[in-house]
Amino acid sequence: MVSLLDIIGPVMVGPSSSHTAGACRLGLLARALAGGTPQSGLLQLHGSFARTGEGHGTDKALVAGLLGFRPDDERIREALQIAEREGLSYRFEKTTIADAAHPNTVRISVELDGNSATMLGSSLGAGRILVQEIDGYPVEVTGNFHTIVLVAEDRKGSIARITGILAEHDINIATLKLTRKEKGGDAFMVIECDESPDRAAGRELKALDWVRWTRRLDKVSGG
Amino acid sequence: MYKALADAIRDAESQGTSLAEVALAAEARDNGRTPAEIRAVLMRALVVMRSAIDQGTTGDLRSASGLVGGDAAKLRSSTAGPLAETPFRDVLIRALAVQEVNAAMGVIVAAPTAGGAGVLPAILTGLAKARGVSDEKVVDGLATAGLIGAVVAERASLSGAEGGCQAETGAAAGMAAGAATEMLGGTPSQVGHAVALTMQGTLGLVCDPLGGLVELPCVFRNATGSAIALAGIEMALAGITFAIPVDEVIDVMGEIGREMDVRYRETAGGGLAATPTGRKLAKERLYQIKRSDA
Repeated sequence: MVSLLDIIGPVMVGPSSSHTAGACRLGLLARALAGGTPQSGLLQLHGSFARTGEGHGTDKALVAGLLGFRPDDERIREALQIAEREGLSYRFEKTTIADAAHPNTVRISVELDGNSATMLGSSLGAGRILVQEIDGYPVEVTGNFHTIVLVAEDRKGSIARITGILAEHDINIATLKLTRKEKGGDAFMVIECDESPDRAAGRELKALDWVRWTRRLDKVSGG
Repeated sequence: MYKALADAIRDAESQGTSLAEVALAAEARDNGRTPAEIRAVLMRALVVMRSAIDQGTTGDLRSASGLVGGDAAKLRSSTAGPLAETPFRDVLIRALAVQEVNAAMGVIVAAPTAGGAGVLPAILTGLAKARGVSDEKVVDGLATAGLIGAVVAERASLSGAEGGCQAETGAAAGMAAGAATEMLGGTPSQVGHAVALTMQGTLGLVCDPLGGLVELPCVFRNATGSAIALAGIEMALAGITFAIPVDEVIDVMGEIGREMDVRYRETAGGGLAATPTGRKLAKERLYQIKRSDA
């Protein structure tokens, strides 16, 4: 469903809603996966991102997202210089991810204090984005919701426990998706929430001994 | 949100209200916000639009490639043309200004997209200034424009990569024409004719930016798109009607977009981008961008 506020917006630094605003949002989600400004970032650009990215400031916008700047932040223009000052070491590569991949696709690998994460995402136009893969798990993250991602041992009752914790913190779940690479292997959960999960909820999830890793991805788009 | 302008026009007429009001009511229903909250968001968008116009008409802006910039200021300081001292010319200056700010990585409102971001603010703020229209009415105009854009997104496309420039500056011109027609006192039915009269004039327009950059001809397309919107507004307010219903005009825009060769859909493979000079300029300027970033 199209929202009137998607049409009159977003407020953004130009020149392209797909190559600049969408790229910045993908960077913001990669930053959230790292848990803060990463110390290093590898950005592999595919298709139109690789071909016309420089002229659209796609490189600046991606790095700006890693630094935590939102699409309307004028510091996007100086993001590459600011990254050097903030100790973010970044590297761009042009690549072909898959022939069928969306033309505006990037794989971002980030590292912070020994923790690393990799995501694959596309900018779909008008600033809308879709993350299709996190650490090799197939996902669908739009950034339109406050999202919790977590990796847990594949065990019975895990979903009930997790949704119970969220309910205790008065957080309503919009969507929940569970994937795993093989039976008995780790489960990857993507939980889109109507409310922003508070830190206490995050701490309780992290404290479960069968949860290996969890991150909160704040909403980066949508009305 | 509505999927046909005809439905929104019928609701507005039967309730004796404006398209802006039915659009705000529909958005409130969809997203659980009050019309006042939606108006507040649109008011913030209007502030950004005005600030981009100021920046673009007074500042010395160049795009990353240096291909565009400074032309809004040039038009503003000239009195050579036949439109001097008219709101028409003021609208053209504003459209160039916003798009130059966009190309220089300034802050704009993508409405509906960044590439077509100049038309709507140019028409609404330019005509509001000429006629002394209140900000509240301009915000209503943004709501009406949003409704029109949502219908275009639903039935056709708002992406140059999918539908060519007719889906970006063409859609922007349709949105601006409908919104301004209502802002200047037109009826809901006249709004529909303004959109149809405008978008019939941009059907088939290709998206052919040099080097794939949102610069040339995008900056000038926002000015010429605004001119077509002004023609649509002038005709619709005089009571001129367009025989093909507006939703059918929008549908055929989508159909033409789907039939359009990929060379004419933002890939820089055809049109102005593929002319000998277009290719040469793109090559030189892309090289320059790489050097200046290094």
